[in-house]
Amino acid sequence: MNIFSLTRWSPYLVGIFIGVLSWLSFLISKRPIGVSTAFVRLSGMIEKIFINNEVEKKEYYKKYEPIVDWEVMLVIGVIFGSFVSALLSGNFEIKIVPELWIVNFGNTPIFRLIISLIGGIFVGFGARMAGGCTSGHGISGTMQLAVTSWVALFSFFIGGIISAHLLF
Amino acid sequence: MFKIKSFINKHNIYGLLTGLFFGFLLQKGGITDYDVLVGQLLLEDFTVFKVILTAILTGMIGVYFMKSFRLIEINLKPGTLISIITGGLIFGFGFGLLGYCPGTLVGAVGTGSLDALIAGVPGIIIGAGIFANIYPKFKNSFFEKNQIKKNNILDYFSVKPILIIFIALVVMVTTLILLELIG
Repeated sequence: MNIFSLTRWSPYLVGIFIGVLSWLSFLISKRPIGVSTAFVRLSGMIEKIFINNEVEKKEYYKKYEPIVDWEVMLVIGVIFGSFVSALLSGNFEIKIVPELWIVNFGNTPIFRLIISLIGGIFVGFGARMAGGCTSGHGISGTMQLAVTSWVALFSFFIGGIISAHLLF
Repeated sequence: MFKIKSFINKHNIYGLLTGLFFGFLLQKGGITDYDVLVGQLLLEDFTVFKVILTAILTGMIGVYFMKSFRLIEINLKPGTLISIITGGLIFGFGFGLLGYCPGTLVGAVGTGSLDALIAGVPGIIIGAGIFANIYPKFKNSFFEKNQIKKNNILDYFSVKPILIIFIALVVMVTTLILLELIG
C-alpha cells in the first residue's frame, strides 16, 4: 500500500509535517505561512478591474497591494496540493452539498450556497479585523507564542462552536 | 494588467511550493472535508484540534531552536485585544456557517467541493473587500490605540525562554492525550 494513496493520515503525523513545513517557510521564504491576506489582494485586483484607479488610493490596499505575491502563490499551491492528494487517494469528487448538510437539511444546494456565501463574508471580514486566520494566527502565530495569535485562535473556535451549534 | 514576469520570481515559487505541500497535508489530514471541520465545531470529531496542536508544538520547537542560532527572526502579528476578539468572533461565526476556514476552504476547492469554490471563495473576497473599504473609518480607535505591547508570551516571564517553551510543550501534549482519551 502506497502511503500517498491512503485516504487519511494520522492527524499527529500531518500536524508534525505542517510544523516542519513552517520551519522551512521561516528558513527559506523568511515568513510564516498564512492565507487570509491573499484574499485582500484578490479583492483589490477585482476592485481594480471595476473601479480601476481608485484602488491605489485606498489605504488598506496600500498596505496590501493588489499584486500576486508569495501568499497568493501559496493559495494557488494549496488548491493543487489538495487536488493531487485527493486524486491519489481517489477522493476527488465534484459536489455542492456535504454529507453532514444532507443529513440535517436534505439535498438543498441553493440553501447551502447562500449560507456558505454569508459565512464567507463573515470569515473574510473577521480575518482582516483580527489580522489573520486559522493559518496565520492559529498555527504560525501561536507557535511563535504571540499573545495576539492565541487570543485569536480561541476567539475563532468560540465563534465557530457557537454558530455551528446554532445551525445544527 | 498581470505581467507574467512580475510575479514569476524565486520568492513566489517558494510560496507556490509551500502551498503545494500545505494543501497536500491538509487533504491527507482530512481537514479539507466539511464534515470533519464542522464535526470539530460541534465537538464530535477532534481531528482539527489534533492537527493544529501538533503543528503548533512541532513548529514552536523548530522556530525557537532556529531563532537561538539566529537563523530566523520571530515575526509576530500586532493587534489590539478589541480588534482581535471582535474580529476573531466574527471570523468564527462565519467559520461555523461556511464550514471551512480560508486555508481549508481553498483545499476543499482542490477536492472538488463546489460550495467552497462558488460561494465560499467569493464570500471571503467580498468580506475582505468590505473591510478594506471601511478600514480608514475606525483604524485609529480600533487598531492603533492600545496595541498589545508585550506580544510575546516569553516576555511575561523572567525565567529562561527554554523553560516556558518546555512548559508550553507539556501543556499541549497533555491536552492531546486528554483529547485522545475523550475521543
